[in-house]
Amino acid sequence: MLYREAGNFKTTYVKDMALFPLPLTRWVAAALVILFVVIVPLVLDDWYLTNFNLILIAIVGALGLNILVGYTGQISIGHAAFMSVGAYTAANLASKLGLPFWVTLPLGGLMAAFIGAIVGIPSLRIKGTYLAIATLASQLIIEWIINHTPAISGGAAASIEVPRPAIFGYELNSQGDLYYFNLFFAALAIMAAVNIVRSRLGRAFVAIRDQDIAAEIIGINIFKYKLIAFAISSFFAGVCGVLYTYYYGIANYESFQIVVSIDFLAMVIIGGLGSIFGSVLGAIFVTALPVVIRTLVETFGVYIWDPSTLPSVVASLRLVIFGSLIIFFLVVEPEGLARLWRNIRNYFRVWPFSY
Amino acid sequence: MTRKMTSWLGGAAAAALLGLASGAALAADKEVVIGMQCDRTGPTQIVGATLCPAYHDYVALVNSKGGLEGYKVKVIEIDHEYKVPPAIEAHERFKKEGAIFESVYGTPQISALIKKLTEDQMAATSPGFGSAAAADGKRYPYVFPVAATYWSQMTVAVDFIKSKLGGSLKGKKIAYIFFDNPAGKEPLGVLDDLSKMEGFTYRTFAVPSPGVEMGAQVLDITTRFRPDFVIAHLFAKAPAVALKEFKGKGWPLNKMIGFVWAGSEADINAGGGFARNDGYYTIQYAGVGKDYPVLKEIQAMYKKEGKEPPAAMDANSVMYNRGVYQAAVQLEAIRLAIKAKGGAMPTGKDVRDAFETIKTVPVGALAPPLKITPEDHEGGGWAQVWQVKGGKFVKVTDWKHAYRDVIKKHLAEDAKK
Repeated sequence: MLYREAGNFKTTYVKDMALFPLPLTRWVAAALVILFVVIVPLVLDDWYLTNFNLILIAIVGALGLNILVGYTGQISIGHAAFMSVGAYTAANLASKLGLPFWVTLPLGGLMAAFIGAIVGIPSLRIKGTYLAIATLASQLIIEWIINHTPAISGGAAASIEVPRPAIFGYELNSQGDLYYFNLFFAALAIMAAVNIVRSRLGRAFVAIRDQDIAAEIIGINIFKYKLIAFAISSFFAGVCGVLYTYYYGIANYESFQIVVSIDFLAMVIIGGLGSIFGSVLGAIFVTALPVVIRTLVETFGVYIWDPSTLPSVVASLRLVIFGSLIIFFLVVEPEGLARLWRNIRNYFRVWPFSY
Repeated sequence: MTRKMTSWLGGAAAAALLGLASGAALAADKEVVIGMQCDRTGPTQIVGATLCPAYHDYVALVNSKGGLEGYKVKVIEIDHEYKVPPAIEAHERFKKEGAIFESVYGTPQISALIKKLTEDQMAATSPGFGSAAAADGKRYPYVFPVAATYWSQMTVAVDFIKSKLGGSLKGKKIAYIFFDNPAGKEPLGVLDDLSKMEGFTYRTFAVPSPGVEMGAQVLDITTRFRPDFVIAHLFAKAPAVALKEFKGKGWPLNKMIGFVWAGSEADINAGGGFARNDGYYTIQYAGVGKDYPVLKEIQAMYKKEGKEPPAAMDANSVMYNRGVYQAAVQLEAIRLAIKAKGGAMPTGKDVRDAFETIKTVPVGALAPPLKITPEDHEGGGWAQVWQVKGGKFVKVTDWKHAYRDVIKKHLAEDAKK
């Protein structure tokens, strides 16, 4: 939009594989960093930062699920369970052993990856809807195990309070502090995901997604890569769960029930399967759009409805509008918001000469 | 790539900003703001769809009578569909709108907010849900259950059964059928202690989520275990299913008592109606029925505006009255806070302190004889037992509480963890 790619010739493979092939994209990236690191926390108040925080945490989970569903073509309806695995691992380590977040966060992710790889075993034999049911079972099994194992859940209430994350003795308490915390890990997750999908690993995933038999014939070890996909995806989910735990200050498996799995699946599908940017868009769409719709209906609803019925109208209308928008966007572009954005960009790339 | 993200966010932020700006402009100067979370559209809408309008009705009634010490009450309601992230967003929104009190709804939501409430010095209530440990005012200074927790409900249930079975539970058998989630398992420890104290035996029967499948458990209870009494702690659609199953197996329902979320008119009707479920006992943390002066006032208010009073007042008085009670406790605390400040605008901390000075809730017999102390934010754990009889709910016992030492012991144990 702002720039032309014409005349930009690459002479080495390194240049061809660069993340930011054009100088201008590098500038844009730098501007984005300044915007999110400096301007956003300075300008916006706690309420906006809360929304940012929730979006940032959701991005991590959506990225993980997209690696599995979008890139490897294996469906999972049990992702919230992997989040709870990460959450309880970190919460137990943090509350019982007093470990800091930079230990509990990766360990929570690794535990989720381990459980995820086990849950991924059925994917070696079954696909599609059958795999969906198998992962659905894993969601229920993991929930049940947490609920019935006091050593994990910390007692009947199944909730473990964790201290706020601290860096060099400084406790991250306010929304602004936690914003940096979540931003750092969300950025790390985006970088990791971008680099995973353009590596040998990512290409193997895509090959499996497109035609697993062909992938096996050209020498991709399906057993290995499917399990790796499950493990990586669950690692992201686990980290997402840990971030939720630190953000809420409590691990509670009731925050990670099947509805959450469905929400994350919705993010990935609305955002765009097989797209990192799509995961980000999807996380924003599902997390922030209900808030925007509610605010708009509240604001303009007073002119239409009686104030006494307004709360009930707002609650219901929000769901109606949100649902309609999902259908609208998916009808306009079945491949999701990321594809929609690409279409717009491609249109303007050659504008005003469309051929 | 991520550049599009900013414009998206920008658009969203601008839209939201527009909304907030116009919302804030409407606010008058002498006004207290309450943030209210609600679930009208999620899995517990059976509660929210009645409780939330009732809440607004009571607030409207107070406002129509001049408000609280000259302050009008403004309620900002946010529906969170029983999801946690929207509840967090709601909390910050309430803060931003200058709320001095937050009416939280839902167990996972209060868990996720319990830390923030203390950090942000925002008082909140959790009537009938949330962890029983929240009654410990020293540990959670900003949370007020203000209604019998599941622990207290268990003590009331056992005490009631004791009186029904002739004053002694020695050698008796009690079946506890519960929803297999943290809330369902919470009173198990209390039940165990009581069984040792009173010398009865008990067995537990877990009903897995979503609680619509319990034929096996009910068969086990009615034909094999054959207890002297059944305690049911079920939610959502489960109570109705339980009533059908027990009745279907020929179990006399006057040997069964349900916890607070298993005993609304909606549950009884879904379970086959009042005639079919005659005899069933329920525990209530607010009064049932229409015979309370405050409800008459609300009806009069509607009539004055030329409108019909809400149908839920009759059709689901259990939930309706809980909404009224919830609003009444909160507004009373805010009124006391304003009074304590000599008419100045109270802060969240003032409201918190005022909760501990509540003497009576101004809705008559609809409210329990609450006595909140700095240690006991539950207010004594009072409950009433009502029975389905002759097509309606009939009060069986007045406000009662029991075995408070057991509760104290459990609170102390939980605090040590």
